[in-house]
Amino acid sequence: MADIDLTHGAQAPGRAPLLRALAALVVLAALPTLASALGYPALTSLVTRILIYGIAAASLNFILGYGGLVSFGHAAFFGIGGYVVGILYQNYSDETLFLGLVPGSNQMLITLPAAVLVAGAFAAVIGALSLRTGGVQFIMITLAFAQMLFFLFVSLKAYGGDDGLIIRRTNELPGLNMRDKEVVYYVCLGIAALFFAGLARLIRSPFGNVLNGLRQNERRMVALGVAPYRYRLVAFVLSGMGAGLAGALMANFLRFVSPDMMHWTKSGELLIMVILGGVGTLFGPLIGAAAYLVLETLLASWTEYWQLGLGLVLLFVVMRARGGVRALIVALGALLPGRQK
Amino acid sequence: MTAPLLQVTGLVKRFGGLTATDHVTLDVVPGEIHALIGPNGAGKSTLINQLCGELAPDEGSIAIDGAEVTALSAPERARMGLARTFQVTCLLDEETVLWNVAMALDVGRGHSFRFWRDIRRDESLTAEARRALAGTGLEGRAGVTVSELSHGERKQLELVTALAQQPRLLLLDEPMAGLGHVESQAMIGMLAGLKSRCGMLLVEHDMDAVFALADRVSVLVYGRIIATDLPGAIRENPAVREAYLGEGEEA
Ligand SMILES: Nc1ncnc2c1ncn2[C@@H]1O[C@H](COP(=O)(O)OP(=O)(O)O)[C@@H](O)[C@H]1O
Ligand SMILES: [Mg+2]
Repeated sequence: MADIDLTHGAQAPGRAPLLRALAALVVLAALPTLASALGYPALTSLVTRILIYGIAAASLNFILGYGGLVSFGHAAFFGIGGYVVGILYQNYSDETLFLGLVPGSNQMLITLPAAVLVAGAFAAVIGALSLRTGGVQFIMITLAFAQMLFFLFVSLKAYGGDDGLIIRRTNELPGLNMRDKEVVYYVCLGIAALFFAGLARLIRSPFGNVLNGLRQNERRMVALGVAPYRYRLVAFVLSGMGAGLAGALMANFLRFVSPDMMHWTKSGELLIMVILGGVGTLFGPLIGAAAYLVLETLLASWTEYWQLGLGLVLLFVVMRARGGVRALIVALGALLPGRQK
Repeated sequence: MTAPLLQVTGLVKRFGGLTATDHVTLDVVPGEIHALIGPNGAGKSTLINQLCGELAPDEGSIAIDGAEVTALSAPERARMGLARTFQVTCLLDEETVLWNVAMALDVGRGHSFRFWRDIRRDESLTAEARRALAGTGLEGRAGVTVSELSHGERKQLELVTALAQQPRLLLLDEPMAGLGHVESQAMIGMLAGLKSRCGMLLVEHDMDAVFALADRVSVLVYGRIIATDLPGAIRENPAVREAYLGEGEEA
């Protein structure tokens, strides 16, 4: 047998990553059919959640892994995205105007962009203030802002307060039957595919490279003529928009939003997904979301102390598997026959 | 007489009770290498950091090509054509040699607020970075990750990166520090060849390098410039000998 090179997979050049992503997309496209054929229809809904959390975690990873900024308040934007869908739906069904100005809507082509833009606006304000600090202070300030929003929504009785808002029907998309869970799955898959394609592009853009340079060595980038604050703020806004998109999809999937979407534990879950999957990699957070949700499902069915098990897994990943589960899979992939050169 | 490329007037910087820069006035004219020498802790790096905009002075003014820049940020000054190297090298350690240069080139083009162009596959950018590396000792090391470079190579990469910024004025903070004899000679050769491209303020301990390269020399002691003159005259200046060179020769 030939020698096994563990780094080979990690450095696979050229078109291989694209081909792997396309292969994964094909498998995901076939998933609902496979799931019902195998008698696990619940799998489709699990994977829908994985895709949605994957978008949120990858958005967080954009500023965390590429920008070097640890935001502990990203659930705020996730929740905002969800509430935009929920509030627009309530105004739509009550035939009222939001703040006496904005009519409601149940059209996904309106609610999704609205959620993304509103989340981006919140990220602009929170980012503009938080980015004046750094390090641990940044972590605490983003956390504080998210908790402020959490308590704001808890107190908003008009929109369900503590109990949240029920969205009776998933938003509509022209020509599609959005009451069908499979259709919702495909919509999420399509959006996730576009999202990751865009993110891949962004990471390789001049902007993405400057952001990554700032993480590695701010002083060097400043000497080259880069003003850090503006780049980080734009990155923070983009990241908030991505989380808002995920929140809007989650609201549609669950047909429910509540302040829990922006609770600090949700921010922590997103961070865990990023760390589990591999910080600073394109698909790591999606893999991390999958690992987290699968572990949650499996462990929760064995024991009510599932979070303890999860904690142990996380500990192992952080201490033993640098690069997270994604790196683990890449290393295992290199062991497969036919992969060595 | 040509207008100075850099004009520093009455610059003061205090750290608590310590006056690290004490009413410094100096200039660099186009095509000149102006060396700044002085014992450790004299305030040379502190001066460079104020010139490039990292550190705000308490008093005084800085002008580049006649334009007042004292209130401008470091990135704004960099975009005006001011480049620097660091005493302790400061590079993108996770990237390759080539990419460090490419990054300087791309930021220099002023197009960094673009979100869609794939610069990792930008052939013209990498070709330009290769041209910048051509003829330097790093030519064959383009694909090496910076964290794997030797100290001398890092020093050299700092200079190549600074030149990729196409500066009018170059601030060099001890470019020879820690280099072996051969590496120092190569660095001296490289700097000598750059005179026509930009003016330089050269902070350096290596006296051979200073006297080989400098058109003028200023001596900084306890934050104050005690003499500015031609290299030959500096060598003979009794105050300088006492404050600095004498010590160096005896040590
Ligand atoms: N950020 C700072 N805070 C306080 N003191 C400083 C700071 N930076 C430099 N100093 C002090 O200023 C003096 C000049 O330092 P420096 O400019 O590094 O000297 P040189 O580069 O000439 O060796 C030293 O006494 C140093 O301890
Ligand atoms: Mg120094």
